[in-house]
Amino acid sequence: MKEITSANSGKISSFSPPVDRREFLKTMGILGGGILVYCTVGDSLAQEGERPGPRSLYPEDWNAYLRIGTDGKVTCFTGKIDMGQGTITSLPQIVAEELSVAYESVGIIMGDTDLCPWDMGTFGSMNIRLFGPALRKAAVEARGVLKELGAEKLGCPVKQLIAQDGVVFDKTRPDKKITYGELARGNIIERHLKEIPPQTSPADFKIMGKPYPHQDGRDKVTGRAKYTGDIRLPGMLYAAILRPPAHGAKLKSVDLSGARQVEGATVIQDDDLIAVLHPLPDRARKAVEKIKAEFEVPATETDNETIYDHLLSVTPKGRIISRGGDIREGRKLAKHVFEETYKVGYLAHAPMETHTAVAKMENGRMTVWSSTQTPFPLKDSVARALGLPPENVRVLPPFVGGGFGGKSTNKEALEAARLAKLTGKPIQVCYSRSEEFFYNAFGPAAVVKIASGIDKSGNIVFWDYTSYHAGDRNAEARYNIPHHLTTTVGSWMMAAKGAHAFDVGAWRAPGAGFNGFARDLHFNLMAEKAGIDPLEFRLRHLKDGRMKGVLKAAAEKIGWKPHKGPSGRGWGISCSLDANSYVAFMGEIEVDKKSGKVRLKKIVCAQDMGLCVNPQGSTIQMEGAMTMGLGYALSEEVGFKGGKILDENFGTYEIPRFSWLPEIETIIIDNMDKPAQGCGEPPIVGMGAVIATGIHDATGAKVFRLPMTPPRVKEALGRV
Amino acid sequence: MTEKIDFTLNGKPVSLEVDGDRDLLWVLRTDLGLTGTKYGCGEGLCGACTVLVNGEAVPSCQMSVRYVQGADVVTIEGLEKDGELHPLQKAFVKHDALQCGFCTPGMILKAHSFLSEKPDASRKAISDAMEGNLCRCGAHVRILEAVSEAAKEMKGGKQR
Repeated sequence: MKEITSANSGKISSFSPPVDRREFLKTMGILGGGILVYCTVGDSLAQEGERPGPRSLYPEDWNAYLRIGTDGKVTCFTGKIDMGQGTITSLPQIVAEELSVAYESVGIIMGDTDLCPWDMGTFGSMNIRLFGPALRKAAVEARGVLKELGAEKLGCPVKQLIAQDGVVFDKTRPDKKITYGELARGNIIERHLKEIPPQTSPADFKIMGKPYPHQDGRDKVTGRAKYTGDIRLPGMLYAAILRPPAHGAKLKSVDLSGARQVEGATVIQDDDLIAVLHPLPDRARKAVEKIKAEFEVPATETDNETIYDHLLSVTPKGRIISRGGDIREGRKLAKHVFEETYKVGYLAHAPMETHTAVAKMENGRMTVWSSTQTPFPLKDSVARALGLPPENVRVLPPFVGGGFGGKSTNKEALEAARLAKLTGKPIQVCYSRSEEFFYNAFGPAAVVKIASGIDKSGNIVFWDYTSYHAGDRNAEARYNIPHHLTTTVGSWMMAAKGAHAFDVGAWRAPGAGFNGFARDLHFNLMAEKAGIDPLEFRLRHLKDGRMKGVLKAAAEKIGWKPHKGPSGRGWGISCSLDANSYVAFMGEIEVDKKSGKVRLKKIVCAQDMGLCVNPQGSTIQMEGAMTMGLGYALSEEVGFKGGKILDENFGTYEIPRFSWLPEIETIIIDNMDKPAQGCGEPPIVGMGAVIATGIHDATGAKVFRLPMTPPRVKEALGRV
Repeated sequence: MTEKIDFTLNGKPVSLEVDGDRDLLWVLRTDLGLTGTKYGCGEGLCGACTVLVNGEAVPSCQMSVRYVQGADVVTIEGLEKDGELHPLQKAFVKHDALQCGFCTPGMILKAHSFLSEKPDASRKAISDAMEGNLCRCGAHVRILEAVSEAAKEMKGGKQR
C-alpha cells in the first residue's frame, strides 16, 4: 500500500482544500463500500497558458477518483461539469475501456464539491486533454488492484489472472473467476500498485474511439433533465434584484414602497443589494419594477465606433509570444509590404439558459445549486463573501444549459447565497435575458495590427503582428518566416485597467477566432499579390506536418482547385492551432453585392486532436462550433454606450438560426496514438477567417472588421 | 384578479384558482411544477418556452393563462406515453440532436405542431418553420435530421 500524498500543504491552505480523505471515505461509506482509486493530475492542470491564478494554487493531491460498487457498478467523480459538450459520455468511456467493464455500468458524478475532487473549472477544452489522462490512469490502476485482490481470493498468482468484462479469472482455468462487484464487497478497500500496468493500446480499443451517443439524451427530450431553475425547495422564494441602468452607475435615491405593497413580497435592502422576494418568480419580477430608483450614471465615454481608438490608447506592457530574426532586416528584403488593422466587437455568450442559482442555508451550512462552469472557485467565493469556512459550503451544478465561457462568472450565485443567509430561506435567482446580457463578461472588443512583406518570389520575409486586448490564443503564426515578431498587449483575461466599461472574459476559444481571422485574411492578401493559390501559399510556408495534414484533408473533401485569388468562386480557407489541436477550414461563400449579405454555402472542417475518445461527441462539437461561429463572423456585436448595454435580447443581438445553416462536413484525422488535445473550441476559431477569405475570393473585398455585417461588406466592396 | 381556469394539461383535467393575467410559462413551471418548459428570453424571441395549445405551438411566455381556459395544453412532459417516447423524441435521441438540451423541449414541440399540419414538409420547409427557435450550441443540423426522420414515422400512421 502506498501512502497517499497529503493535500494539506501550506501553499494551498488559503484556497479550497481538496476533499479531506477521511471525509471522502465517510462519504463513500454512506454510498456503500467499494474500491477507491486515487491518482494525481499533478502539474498537467497547470500546463495551460492563459488561465487565472499562479501555478502554486493547484493542489498536488489526487484529482480523479473511481468507485467500484459491490453491485459491479462503477462511478467516476469529476470536478468538471457538463454544459452540453458531452464529457458526461466520453469520460465514462475512458473508465469503461481501461477497467474493462460495460459502458452502461459506468456512472458519473460531476462538479459536486462535497463528492468530487477539486477542479479549477470546465473551460479551455481541457476535459479530455488534461483531466482525461488522469482518469485513465486511475482506471488502469483500478484494474490492476482488482487483479491483486482477485489473486488473494482465488489463490493464484496475479500474472495468471485476467481482468476483463467485469470479471477477474484464471487464464489457465476460466471457471476460476470472481466479479469486480464481489471483490468490492465488504469494507472499503484502499490500495495502490507498486507498478502501474500499461494503458490499453489504441489498436485494442473496444469503447474508446467508438461513437457513443449522449447518455443524457433521453432525460433531455422528456423534460426530466433538471437545470438549476427547475429546482423546487420547500419554502423557496424567488428573488428579483434592482439593477442599475448602466455599469458604473451609483444609486442616489430609492423608494421601495411600491414593491412593499405587493402581496406576498418581501423587500430586502442590504447595503448595495436591493431585492424583492416572492413565492412566485413572475410576481417578484413585477414587484421589483415598482421600485422607484434614481441612479447617477457616469458620462458616456466610448461606444461601438470609438472603442477602438480608446483600446489603442490603453496599452499595458506588451508580451512577446514569439520572435525570430529582425523585423528591420526583414523589411529591407520585402518587395511588397502589407499593413492592415483588424477589429472585432464585444461578443455575448448568450447561452439559452440564463445564469441561475438556488441557495439554501441550513445549520450553518450553505448549499448552492448553480449553472456554473466553476463549482470549486464558486465555493471559495461564497465562503469568502459570506465569511463561512469553505467546508461549510457545497456547490452542486445540475445540468447546465450552455456556458461557452460565460458561466465562469457567478454573480447570481453569490446573490442567492447572500439572500439565503440573510433570510434563512431557500432563494432562487434566475437572470432575466436582459440581466444575462447586462452582466455578461463579454468576449472583448480588440484590435490586431499586422505588417508583413513578401519578396519577389512570393516568400514571406517578415511578419510583425500585434494583438491588442484579444490575448495570446492563436496569435502566433506557425509558419516558416525568417523575420517575425508576435506581441500581445492586454487580454480577455485580467483586462487592462480602464480598457473596458464592463466585465470581459473568455468567449469560446477566447481571442482565437479573431486572431485567426486577422492572420488568414492577411495571408490571402499576400497570396493575391504573389499570384499564388491561397492553399499553396500556406503549405509553402508551413513547417508542421500535422497542420499540412488537416489542410490537405479539408482540400480533398471540398475538392479544392488551385486558383489565384480573387477567383470569383468564393472559396475561403483558414488553419489554426488551438487548444493544441490542428484545425483547417474550407468553405464556399456567396456574396450578394447589392445588399452586402453573405452566405456560407458549404463548410468543411478537418481537425487533428490526437486521441479522439468519442468520435460522435467530437463531430457534434465540431458541427456545433461551426454553427455558433457563424454568429461572431456575421452578426454578433454587443451594442453599448459607455456602461450602458444596448442589446438586451435576441431581437437585436442576432445569433445563428436554421436558415443560416451551411452544408457541414467534418473530418477527424485518425491519430489515436497521439495524446488527446482540445476538441470543443478549435472548430470555432476559423469561422471568421474562412468567411473573410471567401468574401475576398468571391469579390476582392477585404472586410477588416468582425462581424462582417452587410453594411461593412458593402463598404468593403466599394473599396475594391 | 384570481379567476378559475379549467383546461386539459397533458391529457388530464386541471382546475386552477389563479390570476388570469399571469404568464402561462410561470404557472406551468411554478404552480404546476412542469419544469420541462424553459424560460429563455421572456419576449417570445427564442422558443425555449414553446408549448402546444390546441395542437399549435405557442411561446408560453407570451400567453396569459386566461387564454388556455377550456384549451388542450401539451408540454414536453406530455409526449411520452406509457414509457414510450414520441417519434420526435426518439429521433432527437437517435440523431443526438441536442447538446445542453435547454432548447430541446421547445424544438420538439415546435416540430410537433408543424408536422401535424404538414406531414409532407420538405427539409427546407422544416427549417423555415423552426426559424424562430434558437439553439446556442449549434445542434441545428441534427435537429433538422431528427425532425425529417420523425416526419416520416409520424406520417406512417404512428402520429399521436
